[in-house]
This record gives sequence, structure tokens and C-alpha cells, in this order.
Amino acid sequence: MGACAEPVSQLAKPLGIAALLLVAVLVLAPVLALLSRAEAGGVSAAVWPAIRFTLLQAGLSALISVALAIPLAKALARRAFFGRGLMVSLLGAPFLLPSIVAVLGLLAIWGRSGFFSDILAAFGLGPLDIYGLKGVLLAHVFFNLPLATRMLLQGWQAVPAEHFRLAAQLDLAPRARFALFDIPVLRGAAPSALLVIFMLSMSSFAVVLALGGGPKASTIELAIYQALRFEFDLASAAQLAMVQLVVGLAAAALAFHFGKAAGFGGGLGAPFQNWDKRRGPAILDAIVLVLAAAFVGLPMLAILAKGVVGLAALPPGLGAALVASLGIAAASTLLAVGLALALAQLIEASPRGRGIELFSLLLLATSPFVIGTGLFIIINPFASPFALALPITALVNAALALPIMLRILRPALSRVRQDYGQLAEGLGLSGWARFKLLTFPQIRPELGFATGLAAALSMGDLGVITLFAPPDVQTLPLLMYRLMGSYRMEAAAGVALVLVASSFGLFYLFDKGGRGAGA
Amino acid sequence: MNKFLLAAALCLPFGSVAAETLTVYTYDSFVSDWGPGPQIKAAFEAECGCTLEFVSAGDGAAVLSRLRLEGARTEADVVLGLDNALMAQARETGLFAPLATAPEGLALPVAWTDDTFVPFDWGYLAFVYDNTKLADVPDSFEALAASDLSIVIQDPRSSTPGLGLVLWVKAAYGDGVADMWQGLADNIVTVTKGWSEAYGMFLEGEADMVLSYTTSPAYHLIAEEDASKSAAQFSEGHYLQVEVAAKLASSEHQALADEFLAFITTDAFQNVIPETNWMYPATGAAVPEGFSQMISPAPVPAPLTISDTDRKAAVDEWVRVLSR
Repeated sequence: MGACAEPVSQLAKPLGIAALLLVAVLVLAPVLALLSRAEAGGVSAAVWPAIRFTLLQAGLSALISVALAIPLAKALARRAFFGRGLMVSLLGAPFLLPSIVAVLGLLAIWGRSGFFSDILAAFGLGPLDIYGLKGVLLAHVFFNLPLATRMLLQGWQAVPAEHFRLAAQLDLAPRARFALFDIPVLRGAAPSALLVIFMLSMSSFAVVLALGGGPKASTIELAIYQALRFEFDLASAAQLAMVQLVVGLAAAALAFHFGKAAGFGGGLGAPFQNWDKRRGPAILDAIVLVLAAAFVGLPMLAILAKGVVGLAALPPGLGAALVASLGIAAASTLLAVGLALALAQLIEASPRGRGIELFSLLLLATSPFVIGTGLFIIINPFASPFALALPITALVNAALALPIMLRILRPALSRVRQDYGQLAEGLGLSGWARFKLLTFPQIRPELGFATGLAAALSMGDLGVITLFAPPDVQTLPLLMYRLMGSYRMEAAAGVALVLVASSFGLFYLFDKGGRGAGA
Repeated sequence: MNKFLLAAALCLPFGSVAAETLTVYTYDSFVSDWGPGPQIKAAFEAECGCTLEFVSAGDGAAVLSRLRLEGARTEADVVLGLDNALMAQARETGLFAPLATAPEGLALPVAWTDDTFVPFDWGYLAFVYDNTKLADVPDSFEALAASDLSIVIQDPRSSTPGLGLVLWVKAAYGDGVADMWQGLADNIVTVTKGWSEAYGMFLEGEADMVLSYTTSPAYHLIAEEDASKSAAQFSEGHYLQVEVAAKLASSEHQALADEFLAFITTDAFQNVIPETNWMYPATGAAVPEGFSQMISPAPVPAPLTISDTDRKAAVDEWVRVLSR
């Protein structure tokens, strides 16, 4: 890159390197820490079925989510309709649900005494039986279809509106449109979405167990939990964590191999309109949009309905828990945005960018239990882990959001460089001025979306705080689980609603802010 | 954020600054506002002129893992919330010191002679159902397996009651345990990570019965004035869970820790248990009216504790049978 006056500012490069170091520490140090304390033990052959099932469910979850996201994202990309902006934002909601809340919401619709089973019962049929692989896939598609849709939608939105107008004016055949727009968009965005969903599904386990129907649906993550909680078999936990890393690395390499950034060039930023006036596709798009809204919306409505009843029974301590959660979310979001921007710029600028990105994505394949336990082992000899609970939780939450943010921000940054890089260099625009005048306005939608996800993810996270939880600090998810653990399911549903509403509020704030008033 | 950092910092033990502080590690629901923690803290502090600090870490198994991670560097003086299934494993760590005095006035369904662990409450596992919906209640595992009733249970690899169920069926059926699980397989709707998921799914109507405790209906009866939940009594006997506390050998507050362990078997501690932890007191302390309506089964004839090897073998066998 040397010759082409790389526009990374003086400050951005050391920040990027610091971010990379942090990633390296969080990916490698916990595993090494576990190994350093490991006594006897290690994985047995019994773990093979779990590895097989993990690959199967994560692979299918990713494929189905992305396959279904294609028509949905396409419909959202080419139709302007009332409520479109809200629908795009609401698509962020399922992703933010704590797993237990999502499971109960899904069961209210798809369960043995859920909405559809009740309808079937009226005809003397049913009940529905969703338990097993199909239940696991249902839940993972519910979580991830919206995320995939948003990631693909970004691909379509990177196509300048003028291109669609031209296509309409030329009355291009569907096949030509497919080859000109859809194929490049999908090659750019789909491998990323597949990868992120594969990795997220790989480390899911409470959902997999609850809907999986039994030990046939065992994942590597469950084996890690078992090893750390019940067996205290650190060697086996470390080995399983390495299996996850290797699988994650292979998946990331595969996605990188097939992914190819789309290059549509810059447009004039013309506002988007419905250029395509043909009736057939319009009806099809409408059907897709209604079905998707129902699939995502019905369980959300069930959660809302249960939560509203629970609002009457909200416990004391809710306010403090809300403030604690917001505080952690604010700190980790700030950190995550800084880290992600710095790292994304480093990846863009460095000749080894792809390697760095691949490595950073491994954070998604790292079990939160392993990170938590590993950090505990590392910190404990020097300081009380309780005293550091909040900073560590914020840090780990930021780190866990980082790979997803990178997958969203990095393509946007490359696009800006491809489309405007030469112009900016011609103008001698660099450093902070370049970020403020060129990069930020161009990547604003992606930055808003990514920041919103980071903030909301951090609100809902529980994995790390339970290991470090200081005695007097209670976060919203912790409060919710404590209520459930003491039979107070109704109050827990109320807290869940507050949690989901505040996570979604944060997400909406950033996402909407990114897309501007008109989007 | 700062406020909370400050709050966290203030919670650090300062040792010499104020009166002695006793740090007790326990499970999460013990310290919640509805758990026994707050009342017990107030009662003990009134007696000892010290500060009692509860630190929670997930469930009983997680507490033990955490102690093992910390080793002799732990800040814990006492651990409260392990159970009989974890006792052998806990003892082997060598982290715990023997009791100064044997606990007094115990009234458990079994004889208690342990020299390290003090029982603080107990309960029987049971399948809980809705008595307004279920008329034909099974009275044994055999009847349950023969029925077409649906049940939700917890995974023995991630949950203490789940582990208890595996040990229960093992104790009742010995070598025939694989056949029994085979028979139960088609009754199991699903297996959850922990108790909360399973109980939540049961309340939503996903199954006819859920693995919980004989005392679960007492919560609904007393706290919600809802008599619709009952526990099924099984003729094989029920699995007894005894929850225990112990003193860390590494504690710098040995005398105070002994005082707390002795306090556990007094009424000031025991009277709090029934309506906060929804378990039976370890001594003959009085229980509220609603508890007398609960079933009182016999314990399944089985040793109270289980070795690491036997526990692993029982869980592996369960996984194998149900994975077929």
C-alpha cells in the first residue's frame, strides 16, 4: 500500500493495533489460562455427536436464515411503503432477546398450547410438535433472519438509486436485473451473513436444549458449560474451545473465499422510489413482507402481552438494575465503536488486512464461558475480580460485539475508499477531516446499525457478569433470571419487557440516527 | 457508571477499617430480594456485631467451580448452597475445614453425621402438575412411562435438579435404569438447561408435568393463593436434596465462620427458609400452614452422596440412552 498515501491518521493506526492486541488477548489468553490450570481430564469420544450436531444445526440455521432473507431484503430494498422504516428497525428486535424470553415467546405461537396449536385444536387436530432439530432451526431463524435481512439490505442499498431508475427506464428483463444487481449484491453480503449466523448459532445452547427435545441436540457449547460448571475439567473445556476456534476459522476462511465485494460505484444520492411498476413482483413482495412481519412479529407480540401483565408486579430494584445495565451498555458501546472503527481502518489500510479480519472474527467463535473463566484465572492472582466486574463486563461485551460490527463496517469503508478514495487523495483530505467530511457521512447508516446492535447486545448479555457479579450490582438480565429462579414468572416477564424495550430503544436510537430522518 | 464503580469499590472488604466481615458465597436465588439472603443477613448481623456479605455466583455447581478456580486465595469464609450430590466432589478439593461443633437439632428425613457440611434445608424432587387439568396422576415412574403424559425435565449436565432426577431413577431402578429411561423417552417433551426454563414452559402449558420439588405447590398456594398445583407422589420414594454449608479452611475469620455455621441451625435462620427458599427447614422449626398440605413421601433408598466417577457414569448412561 505504501505508495498510495494511505489516509490512516496518526491516531487511528496505534488505536487499530491496540484493538488487534485486545482481540488477540481475548481469543487466545482465556484458552491458555484454562490450560495452565488444567489438571487431568480432556475430551472423550463422546463429544463427537455434539460436534456433528453443532455443525449441522449451525450450518442449516445460517443457510435457511440467509435463503429466506434474500426475498425479504429484496422486497424491502425495492419497495417504498408506509411503515417501511419502522419495519426495518423492528427487524433488529428478535436478535436482542435473551434466549429464555425468545423461547417462551416462540412457544406462545408455535408450542403445544400455542397460537397455532389452539387453531388446529378447533379442527380436532394437533397439537404442533416443534421439538427437535426443527425447533432449534425455528428459533435460530427467528433470531437471525432479521439480522441476515439487514445485512443483505445494506448490500442492496449500496446500489445507487440511479441504477434502479435506469433499469426501469430500459425495461430490463428480470434475468438481466438478477445478473446486474442481485448476483453482485449477494456475493458481497451473503457470505458475511452466513458466517456471522453460523458462528452465533454455534455458541447458542440454552435455546438448543430447550427446543431440541433431548440430549440428541447437544452442542459443543453445552459440553463447555458442563466441563466448567459440573466437572471442573479445565483441560476438556480448553480443548472444546479450540475445536470451536478451528471450526470458526474454517467457516471464516470459506466465507472469505466465496465473498467478493460488489462495486457499483458512487451515485448522486438520489432518493429512492418505486421504479419497478410491474404488478407480479409487487404482489409477491407484499406477500413476502406480510409473512415475514407475522413470523417475526407474532412471538414479539406474545412477549409484549405477557410483559404488560407483569408490569403490575415489577419488583423494587428495577430502576437500579436499569441504570446499571444502561451504564454497562454505554461504556461497552463507546468502546466497541472505537475498537471497531480503528480495527476496520487498520484492516483497510494493512496489506495483511484479510488475515487480521479473519482473526478478529474468531471472537465470535469464542465461548463467553471460556472468556469469563479464562479472565477470572488471569485476574484473580492480582486483583479481586468483583472489583473489576463492571469494567470487565463492559470490555467483554464490547469485544463480543466487535466481529459483527466489523462485518458491517468494513465493507462500507471499502466502498467509500473505492468510490471516493482517489478524489479524497486528490483533495489532500486525510485524518480527522477525511473521517468527518467523507467517511462518516458515507458510512453513517452502517455505523448507526452496528452501534445499535453493540449497545443492545451489551444490555442483554449475561454470560460474563454472572461469573464476576459483585454483590450489590444487579443488571436487568440478572434481575430477570433471579425472579424466574424464585417462581416469579410474571414479574420476570415484566422485567423482560423492560429489558427488551430498553435494548430496542437503544438500538432504534442509533439505527434511526444512522439512517437519518428520511430512511 | 461511576456511581456503580464506586458502589463496587465500597463493597471490597476493608478488614481493619470496620467490624469483621464474613463473606459467604452462595447461589443466585438465595441473595435475591425474595430469597432468604436479606432477612438472614439482618438477623445474623444483629447477633454478631459484624458485617455479613453474600456473594452470589450462578447455581450451587457454579459456586463450587468458582471456589476451585480461586483455590486458597478465595475471599470466601463460608460457602452456602452446595447439595448432597456435590458434597463428595467438594470434599475432595480439600478446601473445606471440619466443623467446630456438630449441628444441633437436625430433623432431616435421614440420619446426618457429616463432620464438614451443615445442612440448612432440604426438599424432595417431584413431578408437579396442574390438578385442574390432570385427573389420572401417575403414582410411579412405571405408571408415568406407561402413560402418554408429557413432561419437561432439566439436563443433568447443566442443572442440579436434572442431575437429581438421573440419580433418583438410578437409585430406584439400579441395573434396569436404561429400560426405565427408554420407557420415559416418549414422555419427555424436552430437556432444558435449568429449572427456570422448564418451570416456565410448564406454566405456559407445554407439558402436563415438570420436574420440580414437592414444595413447589406451596409457593403457588401461599404467595399466589392458587391451589391448582400439586406434586405427584411416587411409590419408588423420592430423591432427597439436602442443601449444605461449610467453612473454608483458608478463611481468616475461623471463629466468626463457626459462629455463622452454628447460627444456621437456630430458629432465626430456619424460620426464614420455608417462605423464601420454598424448602423444608433442616431443624424441626415450624413451617407455615400451606406446607402441611404438601405430600410427604419417603426418600428413595439410596446413599446420600455420590462419587465423581459414579455421577459421571450415571449422566453418561442417561445421555447414551436418550440419544438413541
